[in-house]
Amino acid sequence: MQGLRGTALPVLGTVAFFALIELAVVTGVVAETSLPRPTSIAKALFELVQTGSFWGAVGNTMKGWALGLGLAIAAAVPIGIAVGSSQWLYRSVRFVVDFIRPIPSIALLPLFILVFGIDLQLKVYIIALGAFWPLFFQTMYGVQDVDPVARDTATAYRLGRFMRFFFLSLPGATPYIATGLRISASIALLLGVGTEMVVGLSGIGQDIFKAQYAGQPAHAFALIASSGLLGVAIAIGFNRLERRTLRWHPSQRRELPS
Amino acid sequence: MTRRLRGFFLEIWLPVAVVGGWWFLSEDSTSPFFPPLRVIVDAFEANWVFERIGSDLLPSLQRFGLGLAIAAVAGIAVGTMLGLWTPVRRATAPVVDFLRSIPAPALISIMILLIGFDDKMKVSSIALASFFPVLLNTIDGVRGVEPQQLDMARAYKLSRRHRIFRIILPAATPQIFAGLRIALAVALLVMAFSEMFASTNGLGFFILFAQETYRIPDMWSGIIMLGLVGYAVNVVFLLVERRALRWHRGWRATARDAGGAA
Repeated sequence: MQGLRGTALPVLGTVAFFALIELAVVTGVVAETSLPRPTSIAKALFELVQTGSFWGAVGNTMKGWALGLGLAIAAAVPIGIAVGSSQWLYRSVRFVVDFIRPIPSIALLPLFILVFGIDLQLKVYIIALGAFWPLFFQTMYGVQDVDPVARDTATAYRLGRFMRFFFLSLPGATPYIATGLRISASIALLLGVGTEMVVGLSGIGQDIFKAQYAGQPAHAFALIASSGLLGVAIAIGFNRLERRTLRWHPSQRRELPS
Repeated sequence: MTRRLRGFFLEIWLPVAVVGGWWFLSEDSTSPFFPPLRVIVDAFEANWVFERIGSDLLPSLQRFGLGLAIAAVAGIAVGTMLGLWTPVRRATAPVVDFLRSIPAPALISIMILLIGFDDKMKVSSIALASFFPVLLNTIDGVRGVEPQQLDMARAYKLSRRHRIFRIILPAATPQIFAGLRIALAVALLVMAFSEMFASTNGLGFFILFAQETYRIPDMWSGIIMLGLVGYAVNVVFLLVERRALRWHRGWRATARDAGGAA
Protein backbone atom coordinates (compact mmCIF):
# COMPACT_ATOMS: atom_id res chain seq x y z
CA MET A 1 0.00 0.00 0.00
CA GLN A 2 2.77 2.33 0.99
CA GLY A 3 4.66 1.48 -2.19
CA LEU A 4 1.61 1.99 -4.33
CA ARG A 5 0.99 5.40 -2.84
CA GLY A 6 4.68 6.09 -3.32
CA THR A 7 4.59 5.59 -7.08
CA ALA A 8 1.15 7.08 -7.73
CA LEU A 9 2.28 10.71 -7.57
CA PRO A 10 5.32 10.44 -9.88
CA VAL A 11 3.33 8.43 -12.43
CA LEU A 12 0.46 10.88 -12.27
CA GLY A 13 2.80 13.85 -12.63
CA THR A 14 4.57 12.35 -15.62
CA VAL A 15 1.31 11.48 -17.37
CA ALA A 16 -0.03 14.97 -16.66
CA PHE A 17 3.13 16.55 -18.08
CA PHE A 18 2.91 14.75 -21.40
CA ALA A 19 -0.88 15.14 -21.56
CA LEU A 20 -0.46 18.90 -21.16
CA ILE A 21 2.02 19.08 -24.03
CA GLU A 22 -0.24 16.91 -26.17
CA LEU A 23 -3.14 19.24 -25.41
CA ALA A 24 -1.07 22.31 -26.21
CA VAL A 25 -0.15 20.90 -29.62
CA VAL A 26 -3.61 19.57 -30.45
CA THR A 27 -5.27 22.88 -29.60
CA GLY A 28 -2.67 24.71 -31.65
CA VAL A 29 -1.04 26.69 -28.84
CA VAL A 30 2.26 25.27 -30.07
CA ALA A 31 2.79 24.51 -33.76
CA GLU A 32 3.15 20.83 -34.53
CA THR A 33 6.05 21.57 -36.86
CA SER A 34 8.17 22.84 -33.96
CA LEU A 35 6.93 20.58 -31.17
CA PRO A 36 5.46 17.24 -32.23
CA ARG A 37 2.84 15.57 -30.06
CA PRO A 38 4.26 13.27 -27.39
CA THR A 39 2.24 10.44 -28.90
CA SER A 40 3.90 10.97 -32.31
CA ILE A 41 7.31 11.11 -30.60
CA ALA A 42 6.53 7.85 -28.81
CA LYS A 43 5.45 6.30 -32.10
CA ALA A 44 8.64 7.51 -33.82
CA LEU A 45 10.72 6.14 -30.96
CA PHE A 46 8.92 2.82 -31.17
CA GLU A 47 9.67 2.59 -34.90
CA LEU A 48 13.22 3.73 -34.32
CA VAL A 49 14.17 1.01 -31.85
CA GLN A 50 13.22 -1.60 -34.44
CA THR A 51 15.80 -0.34 -36.92
CA GLY A 52 19.40 -1.48 -37.02
CA SER A 53 20.71 1.96 -37.88
CA PHE A 54 19.43 3.35 -34.58
CA TRP A 55 21.31 0.74 -32.58
CA GLY A 56 24.34 1.33 -34.75
CA ALA A 57 24.22 5.00 -33.83
CA VAL A 58 23.78 4.17 -30.15
CA GLY A 59 26.72 1.79 -30.42
CA ASN A 60 28.91 4.44 -32.03
CA THR A 61 28.03 7.01 -29.40
CA MET A 62 28.68 4.58 -26.58
CA LYS A 63 31.95 3.41 -28.12
CA GLY A 64 33.28 6.97 -28.11
CA TRP A 65 31.90 7.46 -24.61
CA ALA A 66 33.57 4.33 -23.22
CA LEU A 67 36.94 4.93 -24.88
CA GLY A 68 37.02 8.61 -23.90
CA LEU A 69 35.98 7.93 -20.33
CA GLY A 70 38.49 5.10 -20.08
CA LEU A 71 41.26 7.37 -21.28
CA ALA A 72 40.19 10.04 -18.80
CA ILE A 73 40.25 7.55 -15.93
CA ALA A 74 43.66 6.21 -16.94
CA ALA A 75 45.09 9.75 -16.91
CA ALA A 76 43.13 11.50 -14.14
CA VAL A 77 43.36 8.95 -11.34
CA PRO A 78 47.17 8.50 -11.28
CA ILE A 79 47.80 12.22 -11.83
CA GLY A 80 45.21 13.13 -9.21
CA ILE A 81 46.80 10.78 -6.68
CA ALA A 82 50.29 12.14 -7.44
CA VAL A 83 49.24 15.79 -7.13
CA GLY A 84 47.07 15.11 -4.11
CA SER A 85 49.82 13.38 -2.17
CA SER A 86 52.57 15.93 -2.79
CA GLN A 87 52.27 19.41 -1.36
CA TRP A 88 55.06 20.56 -3.67
CA LEU A 89 53.34 19.29 -6.80
CA TYR A 90 49.98 20.61 -5.67
CA ARG A 91 51.21 24.14 -5.20
CA SER A 92 53.22 24.04 -8.41
CA VAL A 93 50.35 23.06 -10.65
CA ARG A 94 47.61 24.99 -8.85
CA PHE A 95 47.77 28.12 -10.95
CA VAL A 96 48.02 26.34 -14.28
CA VAL A 97 45.13 24.06 -13.38
CA ASP A 98 42.97 26.94 -12.16
CA PHE A 99 43.55 28.66 -15.45
CA ILE A 100 42.92 25.69 -17.72
CA ARG A 101 39.93 24.23 -15.92
CA PRO A 102 37.31 26.88 -16.81
CA ILE A 103 38.09 26.59 -20.53
CA PRO A 104 35.29 24.53 -22.04
CA SER A 105 36.91 21.51 -23.64
CA ILE A 106 35.13 22.05 -26.94
CA ALA A 107 37.13 25.25 -27.33
CA LEU A 108 39.84 22.88 -28.51
CA LEU A 109 37.50 21.11 -30.94
CA PRO A 110 38.71 23.06 -33.99
CA LEU A 111 42.34 22.32 -33.11
CA PHE A 112 41.56 18.65 -32.57
CA ILE A 113 39.82 18.52 -35.96
CA LEU A 114 43.09 19.65 -37.54
CA VAL A 115 45.26 17.26 -35.56
CA PHE A 116 43.12 14.12 -35.52
CA GLY A 117 40.87 14.62 -38.54
CA ILE A 118 37.14 13.92 -38.43
CA ASP A 119 37.42 10.53 -36.94
CA LEU A 120 36.52 8.46 -33.88
CA GLN A 121 39.82 9.62 -32.36
CA LEU A 122 38.60 13.21 -32.36
CA LYS A 123 35.52 12.31 -30.35
CA VAL A 124 37.52 10.17 -27.93
CA TYR A 125 40.06 12.89 -27.18
CA ILE A 126 37.44 15.63 -26.76
CA ILE A 127 35.54 13.38 -24.34
CA ALA A 128 38.71 12.42 -22.50
CA LEU A 129 39.72 16.04 -22.11
CA GLY A 130 36.34 17.11 -20.72
CA ALA A 131 35.92 14.07 -18.48
CA PHE A 132 39.45 14.43 -17.12
CA TRP A 133 38.80 17.43 -14.86
CA PRO A 134 36.05 16.28 -12.49
CA LEU A 135 37.86 12.98 -12.00
CA PHE A 136 41.20 14.68 -11.46
CA PHE A 137 39.82 17.11 -8.86
CA GLN A 138 37.84 14.49 -7.02
CA THR A 139 40.83 12.14 -6.87
CA MET A 140 43.09 14.92 -5.66
CA TYR A 141 40.64 16.04 -2.95
CA GLY A 142 40.08 12.43 -1.97
CA VAL A 143 43.78 11.81 -1.40
CA GLN A 144 44.14 15.08 0.51
CA ASP A 145 41.16 14.25 2.66
CA VAL A 146 42.31 10.87 3.97
CA ASP A 147 41.20 10.28 7.56
CA PRO A 148 43.93 11.78 9.79
CA VAL A 149 43.64 8.92 12.29
CA ALA A 150 44.25 6.41 9.54
CA ARG A 151 47.18 8.47 8.32
CA ASP A 152 48.71 8.63 11.79
CA THR A 153 48.17 4.91 12.19
CA ALA A 154 49.95 4.26 8.91
CA THR A 155 52.82 6.46 10.08
CA ALA A 156 52.95 4.71 13.44
CA TYR A 157 53.11 1.35 11.72
CA ARG A 158 55.77 2.73 9.40
CA LEU A 159 53.99 1.61 6.26
CA GLY A 160 56.16 2.04 3.20
CA ARG A 161 55.27 4.24 0.27
CA PHE A 162 53.79 1.32 -1.65
CA MET A 163 51.69 0.05 1.26
CA ARG A 164 50.53 3.56 2.08
CA PHE A 165 49.31 3.97 -1.46
CA PHE A 166 47.33 0.74 -1.58
CA PHE A 167 46.01 0.65 1.97
CA LEU A 168 45.63 4.32 2.78
CA SER A 169 45.40 6.73 -0.16
CA LEU A 170 43.52 4.59 -2.64
CA PRO A 171 40.75 3.31 -0.33
CA GLY A 172 40.41 6.75 1.23
CA ALA A 173 40.02 8.38 -2.16
CA THR A 174 37.72 5.73 -3.67
CA PRO A 175 34.39 7.38 -2.73
CA TYR A 176 35.62 10.67 -4.15
CA ILE A 177 36.77 8.99 -7.32
CA ALA A 178 33.34 7.37 -7.64
CA THR A 179 31.69 10.79 -7.39
CA GLY A 180 34.08 12.15 -10.01
CA LEU A 181 33.32 9.18 -12.21
CA ARG A 182 29.58 9.87 -12.03
CA ILE A 183 30.08 13.50 -13.07
CA SER A 184 32.59 12.62 -15.78
CA ALA A 185 30.35 9.91 -17.22
CA SER A 186 27.56 12.46 -17.90
CA ILE A 187 30.00 15.00 -19.29
CA ALA A 188 31.42 12.32 -21.57
CA LEU A 189 27.99 11.63 -23.06
CA LEU A 190 27.32 15.34 -23.46
CA LEU A 191 30.59 15.94 -25.31
CA GLY A 192 30.19 12.83 -27.43
CA VAL A 193 26.72 13.79 -28.64
CA GLY A 194 27.80 17.41 -29.07
CA THR A 195 30.87 16.54 -31.12
CA GLU A 196 28.79 14.27 -33.34
CA MET A 197 26.40 17.14 -33.94
CA VAL A 198 28.98 19.79 -34.73
CA VAL A 199 31.41 17.86 -36.92
CA GLY A 200 29.12 15.12 -38.20
CA LEU A 201 30.54 11.94 -36.73
CA SER A 202 28.27 8.91 -36.81
CA GLY A 203 26.25 8.49 -33.64
CA ILE A 204 23.06 9.74 -32.05
CA GLY A 205 24.19 13.37 -32.25
CA GLN A 206 24.58 13.23 -36.01
CA ASP A 207 21.23 11.49 -36.40
CA ILE A 208 19.54 14.23 -34.36
CA PHE A 209 21.13 16.82 -36.61
CA LYS A 210 20.05 15.00 -39.78
CA ALA A 211 16.47 14.46 -38.61
CA GLN A 212 16.21 18.09 -37.63
CA TYR A 213 17.37 19.30 -41.03
CA ALA A 214 15.30 16.75 -42.90
CA GLY A 215 12.21 18.33 -41.36
CA GLN A 216 11.29 15.29 -39.27
CA PRO A 217 10.73 16.84 -35.85
CA ALA A 218 9.06 13.73 -34.38
CA HIS A 219 12.06 11.70 -35.43
CA ALA A 220 14.46 14.30 -34.02
CA PHE A 221 12.62 14.45 -30.71
CA ALA A 222 12.55 10.66 -30.49
CA LEU A 223 16.34 10.62 -30.91
CA ILE A 224 16.76 13.40 -28.36
CA ALA A 225 14.57 11.42 -25.96
CA SER A 226 16.70 8.34 -26.50
CA SER A 227 19.84 10.35 -25.74
CA GLY A 228 18.09 11.45 -22.55
CA LEU A 229 17.32 7.82 -21.70
CA LEU A 230 20.98 6.95 -22.23
CA GLY A 231 21.81 9.78 -19.85
CA VAL A 232 19.37 8.43 -17.28
CA ALA A 233 20.84 4.93 -17.58
CA ILE A 234 24.37 6.26 -17.11
CA ALA A 235 23.31 8.38 -14.13
CA ILE A 236 21.55 5.47 -12.43
CA GLY A 237 24.45 3.09 -13.06
CA PHE A 238 27.11 5.41 -11.69
CA ASN A 239 24.92 6.48 -8.77
CA ARG A 240 24.71 2.84 -7.72
CA LEU A 241 28.46 2.48 -8.06
CA GLU A 242 28.98 5.60 -5.98
CA ARG A 243 26.70 4.42 -3.21
CA ARG A 244 28.42 1.06 -3.20
CA THR A 245 31.87 2.54 -2.71
CA LEU A 246 30.49 4.84 -0.03
CA ARG A 247 28.87 2.11 2.02
CA TRP A 248 31.64 2.01 4.61
CA HIS A 249 32.21 5.76 4.61
CA PRO A 250 31.35 7.76 7.78
CA SER A 251 29.22 10.19 5.77
CA GLN A 252 26.90 7.33 4.87
CA ARG A 253 26.83 5.90 8.35
CA ARG A 254 25.90 9.18 9.94
CA GLU A 255 23.11 9.83 7.51
CA LEU A 256 19.70 9.61 9.10
CA PRO A 257 16.57 8.83 7.14
CA SER A 258 14.67 12.07 6.71
CA MET B 1 59.10 36.71 4.43
CA THR B 2 61.46 34.28 2.77
CA ARG B 3 58.89 31.60 3.35
CA ARG B 4 56.24 33.61 1.56
CA LEU B 5 58.68 34.34 -1.21
CA ARG B 6 59.44 30.65 -1.54
CA GLY B 7 55.75 29.89 -1.63
CA PHE B 8 55.29 32.47 -4.34
CA PHE B 9 58.05 30.93 -6.46
CA LEU B 10 56.59 27.50 -5.88
CA GLU B 11 53.30 28.63 -7.38
CA ILE B 12 54.70 30.72 -10.20
CA TRP B 13 57.52 28.61 -11.66
CA LEU B 14 55.32 26.23 -13.63
CA PRO B 15 53.10 28.85 -15.31
CA VAL B 16 56.23 30.78 -16.29
CA ALA B 17 57.86 27.59 -17.52
CA VAL B 18 54.80 26.62 -19.56
CA VAL B 19 54.48 29.98 -21.30
CA GLY B 20 58.25 30.34 -21.73
CA GLY B 21 58.58 26.77 -23.01
CA TRP B 22 55.74 27.31 -25.45
CA TRP B 23 57.31 30.54 -26.68
CA PHE B 24 60.80 29.14 -27.28
CA LEU B 25 59.89 25.65 -28.44
CA SER B 26 57.35 26.97 -30.96
CA GLU B 27 59.63 29.74 -32.21
CA ASP B 28 60.91 27.76 -35.21
CA SER B 29 57.74 25.74 -35.63
CA THR B 30 56.80 25.10 -39.23
CA SER B 31 53.79 22.95 -38.32
CA PRO B 32 50.71 24.64 -39.74
CA PHE B 33 48.65 23.60 -36.70
CA PHE B 34 51.07 24.83 -34.06
CA PRO B 35 52.33 28.21 -35.18
CA PRO B 36 54.94 30.08 -33.09
CA LEU B 37 53.43 31.68 -29.99
CA ARG B 38 54.75 35.00 -31.28
CA VAL B 39 52.47 34.71 -34.31
CA ILE B 40 49.52 33.77 -32.09
CA VAL B 41 50.13 36.79 -29.89
CA ASP B 42 50.19 39.00 -33.00
CA ALA B 43 46.91 37.46 -34.16
CA PHE B 44 45.47 37.97 -30.69
CA GLU B 45 46.36 41.62 -30.80
CA ALA B 46 44.95 42.03 -34.29
CA ASN B 47 41.65 40.36 -33.38
CA TRP B 48 40.97 41.27 -29.82
CA VAL B 49 42.53 44.73 -29.42
CA PHE B 50 39.77 45.75 -30.09
CA GLU B 51 38.62 44.76 -33.54
CA ARG B 52 36.31 41.89 -32.68
CA ILE B 53 35.35 42.78 -29.14
CA GLY B 54 32.08 44.27 -30.33
CA SER B 55 31.39 41.82 -33.15
CA ASP B 56 32.20 38.50 -31.43
CA LEU B 57 33.07 38.84 -27.76
CA LEU B 58 30.16 40.99 -26.64
CA PRO B 59 27.46 38.90 -28.37
CA SER B 60 28.90 35.81 -26.66
CA LEU B 61 29.00 37.46 -23.25
CA GLN B 62 25.47 38.78 -23.71
CA ARG B 63 24.07 35.35 -24.51
CA PHE B 64 26.02 33.80 -21.69
CA GLY B 65 25.01 36.42 -19.12
CA LEU B 66 21.36 36.55 -20.10
CA GLY B 67 21.01 32.77 -20.26
CA LEU B 68 22.70 32.29 -16.91
CA ALA B 69 20.62 35.04 -15.29
CA ILE B 70 17.38 33.48 -16.50
CA ALA B 71 18.54 30.06 -15.28
CA ALA B 72 19.49 31.47 -11.87
CA VAL B 73 16.21 33.30 -11.29
CA ALA B 74 14.03 30.47 -12.62
CA GLY B 75 16.09 27.76 -10.92
CA ILE B 76 15.97 29.43 -7.51
CA ALA B 77 12.26 30.28 -7.78
CA VAL B 78 11.11 26.87 -9.00
CA GLY B 79 13.60 25.10 -6.74
CA THR B 80 12.28 26.89 -3.66
CA MET B 81 8.73 26.01 -4.63
CA LEU B 82 9.54 22.34 -5.23
CA GLY B 83 11.67 22.17 -2.12
CA LEU B 84 8.83 23.38 0.07
CA TRP B 85 6.03 21.57 -1.68
CA THR B 86 6.68 17.86 -1.37
CA PRO B 87 3.75 16.45 -3.41
CA VAL B 88 4.61 18.60 -6.43
CA ARG B 89 8.29 17.73 -6.09
CA ARG B 90 7.51 14.02 -6.09
CA ALA B 91 5.08 14.39 -8.98
CA THR B 92 7.60 16.21 -11.16
CA ALA B 93 10.68 14.18 -10.14
CA PRO B 94 10.66 11.72 -13.09
CA VAL B 95 10.20 14.47 -15.68
CA VAL B 96 12.93 16.60 -14.10
CA ASP B 97 15.29 13.63 -13.91
CA PHE B 98 14.66 12.80 -17.54
CA LEU B 99 15.01 16.35 -18.86
CA ARG B 100 18.22 17.00 -16.97
CA SER B 101 19.74 13.81 -18.34
CA ILE B 102 19.38 14.97 -21.94
CA PRO B 103 22.89 15.95 -23.08
CA ALA B 104 23.00 19.75 -23.35
CA PRO B 105 23.83 19.85 -27.10
CA ALA B 106 20.61 17.92 -27.77
CA LEU B 107 18.78 20.67 -25.88
CA ILE B 108 20.16 23.10 -28.46
CA SER B 109 18.50 20.97 -31.11
CA ILE B 110 15.18 21.19 -29.25
CA MET B 111 15.50 24.95 -29.12
CA ILE B 112 16.32 25.16 -32.82
CA LEU B 113 13.14 23.21 -33.58
CA LEU B 114 11.09 25.29 -31.17
CA ILE B 115 12.46 28.76 -31.81
CA GLY B 116 14.68 28.82 -34.88
CA PHE B 117 18.23 30.00 -35.37
CA ASP B 118 18.27 33.45 -33.81
CA ASP B 119 19.75 34.74 -30.58
CA LYS B 120 16.67 33.75 -28.59
CA MET B 121 17.46 30.14 -29.38
CA LYS B 122 20.99 30.44 -27.99
CA VAL B 123 19.90 32.26 -24.86
CA SER B 124 17.13 29.70 -24.22
CA SER B 125 19.52 26.79 -24.75
CA ILE B 126 21.98 28.26 -22.28
CA ALA B 127 19.19 29.03 -19.82
CA LEU B 128 17.58 25.60 -20.08
CA ALA B 129 20.84 23.66 -19.74
CA SER B 130 22.11 25.67 -16.76
CA PHE B 131 18.64 25.72 -15.14
CA PHE B 132 18.89 22.16 -13.87
CA PRO B 133 21.99 22.43 -11.66
CA VAL B 134 20.52 25.52 -10.00
CA LEU B 135 17.14 23.84 -9.59
CA LEU B 136 18.45 20.65 -8.03
CA ASN B 137 20.83 22.40 -5.66
CA THR B 138 18.15 24.86 -4.57
CA ILE B 139 15.78 21.98 -3.82
CA ASP B 140 18.48 20.29 -1.74
CA GLY B 141 19.36 23.53 0.03
CA VAL B 142 15.75 24.37 0.85
CA ARG B 143 15.12 20.87 2.15
CA GLY B 144 18.28 20.98 4.24
CA VAL B 145 17.23 23.96 6.38
CA GLU B 146 17.60 23.19 10.08
CA PRO B 147 14.20 22.09 11.39
CA GLN B 148 14.83 24.05 14.60
CA GLN B 149 15.01 27.28 12.63
CA LEU B 150 11.70 26.50 10.99
CA ASP B 151 10.12 25.65 14.36
CA MET B 152 11.40 28.90 15.71
CA ALA B 153 9.94 30.79 12.74
CA ARG B 154 6.63 29.10 13.37
CA ALA B 155 6.75 29.87 17.06
CA TYR B 156 7.33 33.54 16.28
CA LYS B 157 4.49 33.35 13.77
CA LEU B 158 6.58 34.70 10.91
CA SER B 159 4.61 35.18 7.72
CA ARG B 160 5.28 32.82 4.82
CA ARG B 161 7.11 35.58 2.96
CA HIS B 162 9.38 36.26 5.89
CA ARG B 163 9.96 32.57 6.38
CA ILE B 164 11.09 32.15 2.78
CA PHE B 165 13.18 35.30 2.43
CA ARG B 166 14.62 35.56 5.93
CA ILE B 167 15.16 31.94 6.90
CA ILE B 168 14.90 29.42 4.10
CA LEU B 169 16.66 31.19 1.25
CA PRO B 170 19.60 32.48 3.33
CA ALA B 171 20.09 29.01 4.80
CA ALA B 172 20.04 27.51 1.30
CA THR B 173 22.46 30.08 -0.16
CA PRO B 174 25.66 28.01 0.12
CA GLN B 175 24.03 25.13 -1.73
CA ILE B 176 22.50 27.50 -4.29
CA PHE B 177 25.95 28.89 -5.01
CA ALA B 178 27.29 25.39 -5.48
CA GLY B 179 24.60 24.94 -8.12
CA LEU B 180 25.35 28.29 -9.73
CA ARG B 181 28.99 27.32 -10.02
CA ILE B 182 28.11 24.23 -12.04
CA ALA B 183 25.60 26.29 -14.03
CA LEU B 184 28.36 28.73 -14.91
CA ALA B 185 30.49 26.01 -16.51
CA VAL B 186 27.46 24.54 -18.30
CA ALA B 187 26.43 27.95 -19.62
CA LEU B 188 29.89 28.57 -21.03
CA LEU B 189 29.94 25.17 -22.69
CA VAL B 190 26.49 25.55 -24.24
CA MET B 191 27.35 29.07 -25.36
CA ALA B 192 30.37 27.79 -27.28
CA PHE B 193 28.46 24.79 -28.63
CA SER B 194 25.47 26.78 -29.83
CA GLU B 195 27.73 29.27 -31.57
CA MET B 196 29.71 26.56 -33.31
CA PHE B 197 26.51 24.84 -34.26
CA ALA B 198 24.27 27.61 -35.53
CA SER B 199 25.63 31.13 -35.51
CA THR B 200 27.25 33.82 -37.59
CA ASN B 201 29.09 35.53 -34.77
CA GLY B 202 30.40 34.87 -31.27
CA LEU B 203 33.51 33.22 -29.88
CA GLY B 204 32.46 29.67 -30.73
CA PHE B 205 31.67 30.66 -34.29
CA PHE B 206 34.91 32.60 -34.62
CA ILE B 207 37.10 29.69 -33.52
CA LEU B 208 35.42 27.11 -35.72
CA PHE B 209 35.18 29.42 -38.71
CA ALA B 210 38.85 30.39 -38.43
CA GLN B 211 39.73 26.70 -38.47
CA GLU B 212 37.47 25.98 -41.44
CA THR B 213 39.04 28.81 -43.41
CA TYR B 214 42.49 27.70 -42.30
CA ARG B 215 43.39 30.85 -40.37
CA ILE B 216 45.19 28.90 -37.67
CA PRO B 217 46.73 31.77 -35.65
CA ASP B 218 43.26 33.38 -35.53
CA MET B 219 41.83 30.12 -34.28
CA TRP B 220 44.45 29.95 -31.53
CA SER B 221 43.76 33.54 -30.57
CA GLY B 222 40.05 32.69 -30.25
CA ILE B 223 40.81 29.65 -28.09
CA ILE B 224 42.96 31.82 -25.81
CA MET B 225 40.22 34.46 -25.67
CA LEU B 226 37.65 31.83 -24.71
CA GLY B 227 40.06 30.62 -22.02
CA LEU B 228 40.46 34.14 -20.67
CA VAL B 229 36.69 34.60 -20.64
CA GLY B 230 36.27 31.33 -18.77
CA TYR B 231 38.90 32.33 -16.24
CA ALA B 232 37.50 35.84 -15.80
CA VAL B 233 33.88 34.79 -15.23
CA ASN B 234 35.09 32.27 -12.67
CA VAL B 235 37.05 34.91 -10.81
CA VAL B 236 34.04 37.26 -10.82
CA PHE B 237 31.83 34.45 -9.61
CA LEU B 238 34.18 33.61 -6.74
CA LEU B 239 34.22 37.25 -5.66
CA VAL B 240 30.42 37.42 -5.68
CA GLU B 241 30.20 34.12 -3.84
CA ARG B 242 32.66 35.21 -1.19
CA ARG B 243 30.72 38.40 -0.62
CA ALA B 244 27.35 36.68 -0.52
CA LEU B 245 28.55 33.98 1.82
CA ARG B 246 30.65 36.18 4.08
CA TRP B 247 28.15 35.82 6.92
CA HIS B 248 28.10 32.08 6.37
CA ARG B 249 31.85 31.66 6.63
CA GLY B 250 31.97 33.88 9.68
CA TRP B 251 29.14 31.97 11.24
CA ARG B 252 30.81 28.65 10.54
CA ALA B 253 34.12 29.82 11.94
CA THR B 254 32.46 31.03 15.16
CA ALA B 255 30.47 27.84 15.46
CA ARG B 256 33.65 25.84 15.12
CA ASP B 257 35.50 27.92 17.68
CA ALA B 258 32.62 27.70 20.12
CA GLY B 259 32.50 23.95 19.59
CA GLY B 260 36.21 23.71 20.25
CA ALA B 261 35.93 25.77 23.42
CA ALA B 262 33.05 23.72 24.77
